[in-house]
Parts: sequence; C-alpha cells; structure tokens
Amino acid sequence: MNVSRRQILLLLPAAAVAWEYVLADNPESSPNFKMSDHWWGMLIDISKCIGCGSCVRACATENDVPETYFRTWVERYHVSDWHIENPEVDSPKGGIDGFPQSKAEGGKNFFVPKMCNHCVDSPCSQVCPVGATFHTPDGVVLVDYEYCLGCRYCIQACPYGCRFFHPKKRTADKCTLCYHRITKGLTTACCEACPTGARQLADLKNPNDPIHAFLKTHTVQVLKPHLATGSKLFYNGLDGSVR
Amino acid sequence: MGEFKDSAHLIRLAGVFLLGLILFLVIRSVAIPKSFGQYGPFRGAALVELSSRPLAFAGHEACENCHPDVAELKSKGVHKSINCESCHGPLAKHADDPGNVKPVLPEVAQLCIRCHSENIAKPTGFPQVNAKEHFGGQTCSSCHKPHSPGLDAGGKK
Amino acid sequence: MEGFMYPNEVELQWSILIVLYPFLTGLVAGAFILASLERVFRVEEVKPTYRLALLTALAFLIVAPLPLQLHLGHPERSLEMYLTPHRASAMAMFGFVYLWYLMAVLVVEIWLEYRRDIVRLAESSRGVKGLLYRALTLGSHNVSPAALRIDDRVGWIITLIGIPSAFLLHGYVGFIFGSVKANPWWSTPLMPVVFLFSAMVSGIALVLLMYMLTSAMRRVAIDMRCLDTIARYLFYTFVIDFTLEMLDLIHRIYESDESFRSLDFMVHTRLFFSQIMIQIFLGTLAPLALLSLTQLFTFSVAVRKRVYAMSAVLTMMGIFAMRWNVVIGGQLFSKSFLGYTSYKVDLITREGILPAVALMILPFAILYVLIKILPPWQGERPAAAGAHGDD
Repeated sequence: MNVSRRQILLLLPAAAVAWEYVLADNPESSPNFKMSDHWWGMLIDISKCIGCGSCVRACATENDVPETYFRTWVERYHVSDWHIENPEVDSPKGGIDGFPQSKAEGGKNFFVPKMCNHCVDSPCSQVCPVGATFHTPDGVVLVDYEYCLGCRYCIQACPYGCRFFHPKKRTADKCTLCYHRITKGLTTACCEACPTGARQLADLKNPNDPIHAFLKTHTVQVLKPHLATGSKLFYNGLDGSVR
Repeated sequence: MGEFKDSAHLIRLAGVFLLGLILFLVIRSVAIPKSFGQYGPFRGAALVELSSRPLAFAGHEACENCHPDVAELKSKGVHKSINCESCHGPLAKHADDPGNVKPVLPEVAQLCIRCHSENIAKPTGFPQVNAKEHFGGQTCSSCHKPHSPGLDAGGKK
Repeated sequence: MEGFMYPNEVELQWSILIVLYPFLTGLVAGAFILASLERVFRVEEVKPTYRLALLTALAFLIVAPLPLQLHLGHPERSLEMYLTPHRASAMAMFGFVYLWYLMAVLVVEIWLEYRRDIVRLAESSRGVKGLLYRALTLGSHNVSPAALRIDDRVGWIITLIGIPSAFLLHGYVGFIFGSVKANPWWSTPLMPVVFLFSAMVSGIALVLLMYMLTSAMRRVAIDMRCLDTIARYLFYTFVIDFTLEMLDLIHRIYESDESFRSLDFMVHTRLFFSQIMIQIFLGTLAPLALLSLTQLFTFSVAVRKRVYAMSAVLTMMGIFAMRWNVVIGGQLFSKSFLGYTSYKVDLITREGILPAVALMILPFAILYVLIKILPPWQGERPAAAGAHGDD
C-alpha cells in the first residue's frame, strides 16, 4: 500500500476526532445532594464516653463490617501517676462487647473512641496510585471499591490505623462517615447509637451547627497534630497520653 | 535519504515506540471510566454508588413519627438523649414495613449492663452498679422502666 | 500480639512478596550500574561481564512486577496505574519509571549491543529461531561499520541516561517507603539512598557470582583482572552502604524520639535474628572483613575466588535480610508505640514461601533462555577505543 506522508498527517487527527465521537456516551449520573453546602467533621467528647461499645456494634451492622476488622473502635486508657508517655491501653475486640471491669486501681482511666479522621491533607489519598481513595467535595475521605487495586499503600500511610483490607471485597476499607446517611440528612450510625452524646457529627460549613459552635468555644485536640494531616476528628478532653 | 541509510534501523525502532504510544493512547480513551475527574482525581460515579447504600438504622425521627407517646415519656426522664435504636437495634426495615417486620425486644439484663456495669474508666458521676450485688441481683426492669428509668419520676412499677 | 496495637494493625499488610520486590529491582539497578562502569566510565577490566550483566538485569526486571501482581487484591485492575495515575503517589509514578527503564533503556541498549549478532543469526538460522531473529532485526540488516559506529554512539548515550534511570528505578522504591510519615521505621530521607547503595551492592555481587558460575559451566578460565575489579567495586560500594546504614542507626539512637524505645525493643526481640545476626554480622561485617582482607593482602587466585564467592553469597543474604527488616520490621510494631505483632509466613498460599521461592528461581530460568537467544560470549564489541586489549 502506498500511503504518502501527507495522507497520514491528515488521517491521524481525523481518526482521533472520529474516535472521540464513537466514544461519546451518556454521562454517568451525578449525586442528588448538594455537596458544596457541607464540610463534615466529628466531635468526640471523652468526658462522656462510657465504653459501652454501642457505636462499634452499630457501625458493624450499618456497614457490614467483617468480624475482627474495625471501622471504629474504642480504646481504654490507664495512666498511672504522671507517666503520660507510658499509658496502659487495651481494646478487647475493639470494644464491640464493651469492656470488662479492669484490674487497674487509681490513676486516670478513660475511654477513647477512634475512627477515620477524614483528614483534609490525608496521607492515604496522597499515596493512592490510582485515585481509588479520595476526598469528596464535602470533606469525606472515601474508598471506591470498584476501582481499588488492593495494593494497601493507603493502609500503610494512615497514621491512625483506621484502615483495613476487606477480606471479601479485597480492597481497602474504612469508615465512610456513613456517607449514605449524612447525604440524606441523617446522622452517622455511631452517633445515632451513642447513648451519651459522646460522638456528634459536625457540619463545619453550617454556622448554626451546635457542634461547630462548640469547637469555637472549647479546648479541643486532634490526634498526632505533628503529622499535619488536617484531621477533622476533634476530641474534647483528650489526655496527653493518648496515642 | 542517503545520509539516513546507516541509521534506518534506529528510525524503525522509533517507529515501533511510536506505535506503542498510539496503542497506549487508544487504550486510555476506551478504558478510563467516563466519570473519572468529574469532581476530582477519582471516579465521580463512586459518589453515587457510595451514597446509595441501604440503611440499617432508621434514625430517631422516624421512630418518633409513629411512636410519639414513647418519645414523650422518654423526654421526661434521664434517658431522654438516648436514641431509640441505641437500645432497640437497627429498625430501618421496621420503619419501612411496620406491619410485617417486628423489632425484637432486647434482652433487658444484657442491655442495661452494657452501659451501667461499673468500670473504673467510666466518667465519675455516671450511674454504675455491680449487677450481681445491686439490690440482690434482680433484673433491672423489676424496678426501672427503660424509657424513663428514674425511680422518683413515676417510673417505678 | 504483645502490648497494645490498633485493632486493624495486628495483621500485616505487606508480605514476603513485597520484600522480594525491592530485592529484585535492586539487583537490576546494581547489575546495570556494573555494566555502565565499562560502557561509560571505560573500566574495561569488567568488559567480560558487560553483556551478562545486561541480560541479568533484563531477566530480573521482567520478573519484578510478578510479586506485586500476586499481592494485589485486584491484579486485573493494575492497568489503572497507567490509565489514571495519581500524580502525587510515588507508586503510580513508579509504574512509568519502570516502563521507561525497561523499554527505553534496557531493551534498547541490549538491542543495540547485540544487533550485529542478531543480524548474523537472522541470516544463518532456520525455522522458529530464524523467525525470531528476523523479527528482532526490525527488517534492517545494515551492520556496516558506519551503522555500527552510530549504534555505539547511541548506545553510549542510552547507557549515560540509563545510570540516573537506574538510580531512579531503585531510589523510587526507597522513596515509596521513605515518604510514609506515619511509619517512623521507614520515614527518613536516607531511605532512597540506602536502598540504592544496597541495591548496587547486591547487583554487583550477583554479577560476580553469575560470572563465576557461567565460566565454570562453560569450562572457561575466569579473567582474574575482571573478577578482582568487580570485587574491588563491590568493596567500595559496600563501604558507602555500611556508612549510610550506620549513620541512620547512630542518628536514631542519638535523637531518641518518641518511636525510638519501641523500635529499639523490636530490633532486639522480633528482629534479632534477621537484623543483628543476618543483616549486620553475616551479611555486612563478614563480607566487608573478607573483602578488605583481599584489598590489603595478596592471596592466590584460588583463595581469592573462594573469598569473593563467599562474600558475594553472604552479601546477597544480607541485602535480602535488609529488605525483610525494612518491610516486615516496619509492620511489626504498633503506630501507638505500645505493642508488637508477629508475622506468620505460610508455605503454600498466594503470598507464602513457595511462591516467593519460585519467583526467586524464575529470573534464572529466564536468564538461561536469554543467554540461549542472545549469547553473551560470541562476537563481542571491542573494548572502548584507546584501552588495552583483553588478556
């Protein structure tokens, strides 16, 4: 076949345009809630947590979390005297059945619920090679189960230990801030189940949100601030011993 | 074209690489999901998928719609800020089809113990008891009504 | 499990396959650097190993992605790394570095080096083999002196580009670990450099062993000038590698930040055998001592061969242990610094010992095939102009 160079130079861009036309398709559906109205976070009040484990159970039920893996869990701390660098910590089955009475005597004892911090500058979404874990425009860090390769780099990169490898889906998995609930005006399963109001969802873009107001008027902390992850999980009354 | 005679093989090699590049670009245009990049460096359709999970918990407002009497009673006692499903478990299916899906009443002894068994790590001031020693180890509901457990607030049986 | 770990940390995520991967890419980078010593830096003593080093690098590079594929939860989605690479992710960018190195550096350099042989074999072979060689010629049988001069020039440029590419290939793997701020065992700017130098050490040791092995199998005398030079470069590189690792250790001990106590405990208990016994004593100090003896004193050819072989074997063991200690060690302690877990390797699972061993043997099988197709010992290019001839 005798194709001149000129003909190729004309054919190639024409082929490219034709190819785009062939590929043009119906756009995939978009979400029917207004993401730009919200910026989600959460407040955990240590002084109210009673370690009942209702949040862990509710999350497992709402989100089909497989056993021995945790999207949220509760830790119990015992800090004897002034040794805040050496707390004794336990979390029997993540606190899903509550906690047995401890043998500790004296010192400071308290519960610390943990979950995904939905960081603004999350190290997990930074390292994902394909964009399977990402930030929604309303500030929730999610995992795309149809796209994740299961390389587990994000699990390594999370400083808070909140990610795990789902044994059935064979992808990374973690707390979704009950995205399917909060986008319908409901609260998360863990907040719904918490009997003392130790866990409260916060909409940091809503000036009328009571938790947003709380954050502005109380002393709150985040975990591992030196890592500058931009954590949006705020704690009221977090002791310095908490890791 | 004489001066290129001795590097003709290199030009062919470059041609092979160019072919590979074109093939790569073609595959890209077909295989990249359409919604990728819609809202950021991720598959936009994932937002729809992730927000359409079915609910397990209905949320307390749904309960209060049909059971305002219980809500009224609860709001007067110390359990007022506890949501219904915290004790009654996930009830979205019941809320959708109240006639056919009946909630299972929680086992009272286990339920109350989970929050109220004494534990050194619980905040001081939170009511805690040793279940076996508390008033002879009777079941909690012998004296306390769960929806309004206070003994002096008319909750005593 | 001992102490306290976040509940999701108890199970390790990156297994022995992820230990194998940096080991394999390290061998690639190291073998290539040794080859480039002759091509670019005119160390013509190591010329006898030039082609062998290139083929070794190719064999290991082909196998390198396989442990990763076995490890992925969804290997069928791995093309996504090339379709929608997340530019902030070191792992995504590495996909392109790998592709660049394989295609634009290694394959092109081997093709240019072997072109004269490929053309000769294309004209003289029959059947399937003939077809293969004719395909490899890309239709050009021009092996005139002018064409070969051009090949030589282009090959030199490719090797020149190949050196920083090899650095990037393995430095990137170090960066994948070194940039994880959540993990203090991994997070250090020294990590890419340590990985790179340990890669060079292991690669040079591998080529040394392959040269001795293939010479024995071909019943050909070993060029001792070549072997001595390789061993010398192994020694120099090892000194630098050892210095870097000691620097990391001393720095950690001195600064003693919040992770130190937990990491120290882990090294002395969970990692005692693999780090202190194998990596440090058997894998670093012993070969360094052996090699420095050969640099300081004169030994007979027979003794030198034994010492070099022994040092190379110990070196490769030590570098494998180093990869193990980095990857597995980084997951044995809790990010709360309050607890430890353990790693149980199964035998016959997807990420068990058997697949790992199979993947370590596979490159040698591929190398065997490559040597058959592209024999390293016929029709070699003459040494760089201006140097002496071979012995």
